[in-house]
Amino acid sequence: MSAPKRLRDGVPAGSVLSREDAEAIAERVMRFSKADGVDINLGSNHTTNVRFADNQMSTAGAVTDAGLAVQSWFGPKHAVVTTNDLSDASLRRCVEQSEILARLAPDDPEAMPLLEPQQYLPVQAYFESTANAGAGDRAAAALTALRPVRAAGDLKAAGYLVAGAGATALANSNGMFAYHRSTSTNYTITVRTSDGTGSGWAAADHPDWAQVDFSRVSQRAIDKARASRDPRAVEPGRYTVILEPQAVGDLVQLIAFYADARLADEGRSPFSKQGGGNKLGEKIVDSRVTLFSDPTDAQLLGQPFDGEGMRLARQTWVENGELRTLQTSRFWAQKQNRTATGGATSLKMQGGSSSMEEMIRSTERGILVTRLWYLREVDPRTILYTGLTRDGTFLIEQGRISRSIRNLRFNESPLFMLNNLEMLGAAERLGGTEAGGAVVMPALKVRDFNFTSLSEAV
Amino acid sequence: MTDRREFLRTTGAAAAALALASAPRRAGAAPALKDLERFQSGASKELLLDAINAAKMAGASYADARIARNRQNFVVTREQQIVNVVDTDTLGCGVRALVDGCWGFAATRELSREAVTGAAREAVAIAKANRVARDRSVELAPVQAYPNATWRTPGVTDPFEVPLEQKVDLLLKANAEAMKIANVRFVNSVLFFVKQEKLFASTEGTVTDQTLVRSWPLFNATAVSADFSDFQTRTGAEAAPMGRGWEYVLQCDLIGNARKWGEQAAEKLSARPVEVGKYDLVLAPSNMWLTIHESIGHPTELDRAMGYEANYAGTSFIAPPEAQLGILKYGPSIMNVQGDRSQEGALSSIGYDDDGERPDDFLIVKDGMFNDYQTTREQAPWLREWYAKQGRPVRSHGCSYADSWGSVAFQRMPNVSLLPSTDNTSWDDLIAGVDRGIAIVGDGSFSIDQQRYNAQFGGQVFYEIRGGKLAGMLKDVAYQIRTPDFWNSMDGIGGRASYELGGSFFDGKGQPPQVNAVSHGSPPARFRQVNVINTGRKG
Repeated sequence: MSAPKRLRDGVPAGSVLSREDAEAIAERVMRFSKADGVDINLGSNHTTNVRFADNQMSTAGAVTDAGLAVQSWFGPKHAVVTTNDLSDASLRRCVEQSEILARLAPDDPEAMPLLEPQQYLPVQAYFESTANAGAGDRAAAALTALRPVRAAGDLKAAGYLVAGAGATALANSNGMFAYHRSTSTNYTITVRTSDGTGSGWAAADHPDWAQVDFSRVSQRAIDKARASRDPRAVEPGRYTVILEPQAVGDLVQLIAFYADARLADEGRSPFSKQGGGNKLGEKIVDSRVTLFSDPTDAQLLGQPFDGEGMRLARQTWVENGELRTLQTSRFWAQKQNRTATGGATSLKMQGGSSSMEEMIRSTERGILVTRLWYLREVDPRTILYTGLTRDGTFLIEQGRISRSIRNLRFNESPLFMLNNLEMLGAAERLGGTEAGGAVVMPALKVRDFNFTSLSEAV
Repeated sequence: MTDRREFLRTTGAAAAALALASAPRRAGAAPALKDLERFQSGASKELLLDAINAAKMAGASYADARIARNRQNFVVTREQQIVNVVDTDTLGCGVRALVDGCWGFAATRELSREAVTGAAREAVAIAKANRVARDRSVELAPVQAYPNATWRTPGVTDPFEVPLEQKVDLLLKANAEAMKIANVRFVNSVLFFVKQEKLFASTEGTVTDQTLVRSWPLFNATAVSADFSDFQTRTGAEAAPMGRGWEYVLQCDLIGNARKWGEQAAEKLSARPVEVGKYDLVLAPSNMWLTIHESIGHPTELDRAMGYEANYAGTSFIAPPEAQLGILKYGPSIMNVQGDRSQEGALSSIGYDDDGERPDDFLIVKDGMFNDYQTTREQAPWLREWYAKQGRPVRSHGCSYADSWGSVAFQRMPNVSLLPSTDNTSWDDLIAGVDRGIAIVGDGSFSIDQQRYNAQFGGQVFYEIRGGKLAGMLKDVAYQIRTPDFWNSMDGIGGRASYELGGSFFDGKGQPPQVNAVSHGSPPARFRQVNVINTGRKG
């Protein structure tokens, strides 16, 4: 038996494809293709994680993977086949199989010509600090939570740290080529009190490992857990609510999900207009609300192209409360004689100037919400969703946090909520997006938030 | 958690972009030719043994290795057109190692001796790095060795062998049937097939070779009122995903059902909004499965009860185990809930789990009392005292599962089913026993708290019950429950002939998140005085 190889600390060489590697693979696919057209999506990544729970390390791992999706086109016929061997023999097989399937497929009447070459905005989202982090660094990060909770004796911590590096390249036989390389670090932690009455959550996310203050996140969850102990029930009903940025993001992100031009024009969207057409140009929420995507925003650092390779720049969806843009596919743009928007890779809501302290101080009676959980659509006509508060819900009385309260179920729409806006805080990057996506939201104070029942869950 | 609706929405709206964008990260990719040949020739069993030996040599007290090939096939349509055809294929090897009571895991897509032994050594190295943060050692329940075991999904027509034209033809015909109905303007439909081939070896002396097939026809009709003031959808909830093949898709009668689903989408436009209040409910199996999943399946996962999912999926109201087992009255004495991985056609059914254990059938709820949790080899020893009290050995129920070669195995839900009554009670009998109530067919909106107490469920179609008979369609209905109160209000269960399976491919749990396919069998059942809200809010 040979001696064990050195532990792969950091990203192993070759596991994240360079621009040159990606270009060379794209060229080979184009050469093998006999179709009218071909487009590819080439990804490669190295992902590492450590998980702990019940004050123990639980699982930890490292996975290196890559993948190539080839879509072949014969006129309006197309099909996708994927492979993960980047040798010539495998690329040939993948191309041939996608050609066989594409020839068998019926015509797609909405097929669009392959995208023209695009000019992309530069986004620097690859950080060596993340790429170089190893198993020892991850264990040390976990200890920022495990050491204090074990020492405390009355706390239980469960957390998860995932970090990695990856590259995405898109190309087509029309000369379009897009390449983006990025790193990610995402840390989430839940601390519960051993008596089962308190639970606190905190998180951080950034492409740059060095920007994540693990100790601070761990301590925040510990503080929330202690403060949330021994909750009392309050009557469900309409409340003034202060939502931390994560809770705002849980709801406001839904707007982007529904903001599709075609669905609106077809009469099956909250942005459909009674009698026909859509609500573009109409005031839909409070005039202080501006929602946009921008891959170059320093807080977002998103991929500067969408899944088709379309160039992404700043795109404003809602401006000063007015619906400005609905996401429009290339097909729908052509059919309706509009401009295609591309699919967003980031989302930001413009913040305001109120601090959390000011929001609390100005509240006679209200509820402070840390985050929301298990959101599910109830009525797509209004983006009415149900879900529950979780991991830190507090009563505010006479301008201060008076006590921890039981969690509540809500039935509420982000559109109703943003019409009941009172104050906005500074916009922060969220850590609770499991995929490590780029979302930036402010804390909000809103009135008449609709809680419909109590939950005993802690 | 399940994400079926999100799946249908995205496949309907932008399948091509989704498939392309997600292929490298989640869907994986087709295997290398030489690796595929090696896999198909059975030579990879030797690689598995190389991997676990390498882990042992590096210091592991236990190791297992899985080489798995996962294939998916999607055919996506809307109205009278194709949206996309996608084939995904991924093959690789994952190695799990236990060193001084700490786990490590590493995975590689390369099926060479060098690559899999390298992954084995990396798994050991990660486990060693984590010893610094260890507090308590992992202990595994005893297991029998199964040195040469095989299992196949029984009796399936392999959907990967069915020509594309037949799949497209079926969907477009079904779409056309629904589109014949006035006001039905949009239809999305998908055929989704999965084939998993999995080889496993462990240092306990077990080597298994298993193949499973799953099929799911998804359907969604949308009716829009003429003045654009309302729209309503009906999903084909009764065509459940199954651990079966193309023969099952044909049995679903998609064309005949599409017409019914389209008619019901249109009828919902003029249905009467429900009045808020307490009602007796009669729930069809197509609605029951999701309520069982959320309010019985999840809270009886032992890792949740012990806090292992606290940072994501949540914990459980059924904790700590010693205060609940044999003590918690989950429901009435007519209530029996079985965990198993053996029901034919059910999604979680398999011969051997990802710990190399042979799953058994067990009662989670017995005569209304909470009786057992779902377990893996790591978890069964946590219930040592309860099993000793009952004179049962410490043995895993075989609930270990990893969704891909690149994922670590952990506790996942087996099929969790409400057993039918021993008499011949029917859907109509249950309705006849209701003076004022609502009958609900199909699953709809669903949400439950992180300890599984407070939940809210919708449905696909709702009928008012008056004087023991159905009396017209309602809309905007959702029922809110507190889990133990809800199950204790159950006073009628259908017989064996009314028992059906429902389920999902997308039960999510774990960090990194993994999906699990699971079925829930149920007869229709009746519940007394359940809180119903109206969800049709305007502002």
